[in-house]
Amino acid sequence: MLRLSSFRTEIAMTNARPNDRRGRRMGGRWLSPILLLLLWEAGSRTGLIPAHTLAAPSSVFGTLLDMLRSGELPANLLVSFGRATIGLVIGATTGIVLALATGLSRRIDSAIDPIMQIKRTIPVVALTPLFIVWFGIGETPKIALIAFATIFPVYLNLYQGIRGVDVRMIDMARSYGLSRGQIVRDVILPGALPSLLTGLRYSLSIAIILLVIAEQINASAGLGFLINNARDFMRTDIIVVCLMVYALLGLAADAGIRAIERRALAWRPNLLEA
Amino acid sequence: MGEVLRVDLPRHAATPPPLPPVVRLNKFSRQFGETRVLDDLDLSIAPGEFVALLGRSGSGKTTLLRTLAGLDGTSDQDVTVPASRATVFQDARLLPWKRVWQNVVLGLRPADPRKAAAQALREVGLDHRLDAWPLTLSGGEAQRASLARALTRKPELLLLYEPFAALDALTRIRMHALVLALWRAHQPAVLLVTHDVEEAMALADRILVLDRGRIAAEERITAPRGRRGPTVRALRETLLGHLGLEAGGGVYADLVAQEH
Repeated sequence: MLRLSSFRTEIAMTNARPNDRRGRRMGGRWLSPILLLLLWEAGSRTGLIPAHTLAAPSSVFGTLLDMLRSGELPANLLVSFGRATIGLVIGATTGIVLALATGLSRRIDSAIDPIMQIKRTIPVVALTPLFIVWFGIGETPKIALIAFATIFPVYLNLYQGIRGVDVRMIDMARSYGLSRGQIVRDVILPGALPSLLTGLRYSLSIAIILLVIAEQINASAGLGFLINNARDFMRTDIIVVCLMVYALLGLAADAGIRAIERRALAWRPNLLEA
Repeated sequence: MGEVLRVDLPRHAATPPPLPPVVRLNKFSRQFGETRVLDDLDLSIAPGEFVALLGRSGSGKTTLLRTLAGLDGTSDQDVTVPASRATVFQDARLLPWKRVWQNVVLGLRPADPRKAAAQALREVGLDHRLDAWPLTLSGGEAQRASLARALTRKPELLLLYEPFAALDALTRIRMHALVLALWRAHQPAVLLVTHDVEEAMALADRILVLDRGRIAAEERITAPRGRRGPTVRALRETLLGHLGLEAGGGVYADLVAQEH
């Protein structure tokens, strides 16, 4: 949603934290995780933490290198990445199309929005059994779950964004004789873009959560398959490696959205100063 | 249409024919529920004329402006408004996601849009901010950009909707001078909607007072701009009287003192 006041607060927040102080704090912030890692390693070495409970950080790192070298990790990561991407693309596209239709037309709005609001109340994870009945246990239910879950954040945010576009700007455009198409292209869509990106960011994190859940369904490849396999052999080192990869996927997705924001929202003053 | 007539003007200088008005409202009414916001309003503005419209809040100024700007329908009433018109709003209303020059040529398709925008921006003294983002402009700069956007349409009717109300005094004086210069150079008919009596007296040829949806008073200023000093005081008193302030002899300081 386009709200100048929220931009202002963002500026104020970034300004209130000068770089030098931030740098010192960041140094301090690394300390406790490193300490935890050292304690964990020491616990494993002394036998306090058995390997079948939790593998030592050093052995996790060794396993990571082995899995990279053998190609096991990249191949399965690619499968998982593919599922998440296909699901997200389908879900986000559906969400965008629905939000544009409902946001720009009152008639479609009154037809579709109530259904979307009802659908929103059903936890997507609870649909897993139904999706297995419908789509079996192959790739389809996994992608369908991710797609279904990622519709909503995009839909809700973009819809709000379109509805929240400053009426004064639309009046201005109309007084300058812009056609409806031009108003949508030059005023409404750019005005709703920040909201769309917020929605996309939520959808990305939901896609990764749903990926984890969906890959518990009888997968024969992917990160979930690796984890299930490792569980059967009590290989906690492999499980931890996969957890790390999930986390990295989330971080990478967030960084990607931020990069898009920096380009697409270059007109916002807090980004101008950066 | 106005362009052609204006070019022809010098040839008929001996007996200027009465030009058809660019704006004409004939018994125009507008109603929201029970309230009649505009009530049998008659308004006529000649080509190139500078008219100021004064009125208190709730007098119908905004509704009238929305009608003239083409934002509200006229529901088949007798209304003449030129197709080429442009509005400058109090809050500039530049699209923040378009650079200044893109805002200036918004909705237009000139051969070289950047050059066309640069030319208009040079006229308002803002050509150095051609590529700036609107949110980085000061209030005065944003209003200059907004004026440039209006100018590029070559409007027959320029609607100024309290465009200087949010500016500081010094900036406002500069903007007043700029508006007069642009008006002299381009000769559009201007309707300045304002609640500032001083502004109206400094800029306009004719001042209308809107009250309860009707033109309650009309004052013509014959003294040329720059030599209005002697007439202004009496005029101010008259106008303030029309606005419902019957004291002070037209001097603001005394007026405030006598209000209570």
